[in-house]
Amino acid sequence: MNGLIYAFLAIGTAFNALGAVALIRFPDVYTRIHGATKCTTFGSIFSILAVAVHGIVQGGAAGGTMAVRALLALVFLLLTNPTGSHALARGAHRAGIKPFRAVVDRLEEAGHRSPVTRHGSKETQ
Amino acid sequence: MRRVAEWATTAALAFVVFLVLSSFTGKWGVWASDELLAGAVIALLVGLATGRFAWSRGGWRLLQPHRWVLFLVYLVGPFLYAMAKANLDVAWRVITGRINPGIVRFNPGLRTDFGRTFLANSITLTPGTLTVDVDDGSGDFYVHWINVKDPSPTADEVCGPFPRWARRVAE
Repeated sequence: MNGLIYAFLAIGTAFNALGAVALIRFPDVYTRIHGATKCTTFGSIFSILAVAVHGIVQGGAAGGTMAVRALLALVFLLLTNPTGSHALARGAHRAGIKPFRAVVDRLEEAGHRSPVTRHGSKETQ
Repeated sequence: MRRVAEWATTAALAFVVFLVLSSFTGKWGVWASDELLAGAVIALLVGLATGRFAWSRGGWRLLQPHRWVLFLVYLVGPFLYAMAKANLDVAWRVITGRINPGIVRFNPGLRTDFGRTFLANSITLTPGTLTVDVDDGSGDFYVHWINVKDPSPTADEVCGPFPRWARRVAE
């Protein structure tokens, strides 16, 4: 069981490190979101799984609490992470940041048609 | 009457989440009474505050139990596989720096808010694809793709089996 925990921690740390490297290597905000939010999510999933396994192995009320709360944190991470990275990307595009060396930008061609300008907040138009 | 049903179901779901969070707080693996009281009050407030947003525009489909089973199958099967594969792909791109980015448009043909949110979140959680915007009227998805293979792709080229599963689970 200890081996499983160490394997999960190793995978988690490796992907979190890759996310940090991606922040330096990638050229613009969109590609950095790819590296820095997705790789770290995958890494965090494994780190949290390591904590959950550790809690189950430890057993008892304290271990059970640890495992249940770690898994609940995983659920909330999976729910909130895509929402947050989508908000970052959409905000960046609406602020006028062009994707670096983009092959194609259909959203620019569509003229920023977005839900907010469609219904509500007339004063922004 | 409908208002009350919306509040009650939202409060009940919030309470269930709280029960999971506060499990093992009592003496024999059950819940402590003060935890239960605090949870009930908070769940009621959450239900009153958010009940009218939760189930409108197709959200009531979340309450059908067979969708939960399908969702779990999707999560541990095709989604985990696609996510692991895409993570290794992006990890390789981080190391080599070979990227070919762009924002592409495609229409997966989903009609409900729930289905579109489901697909957009699946796409964004997968490395290499990132939902930038969704057109509310036509249902077009604008996706930042780190390796554009085709400037005008179909939904299958960008996100594989995700649209089919979104239809199964959410529509």
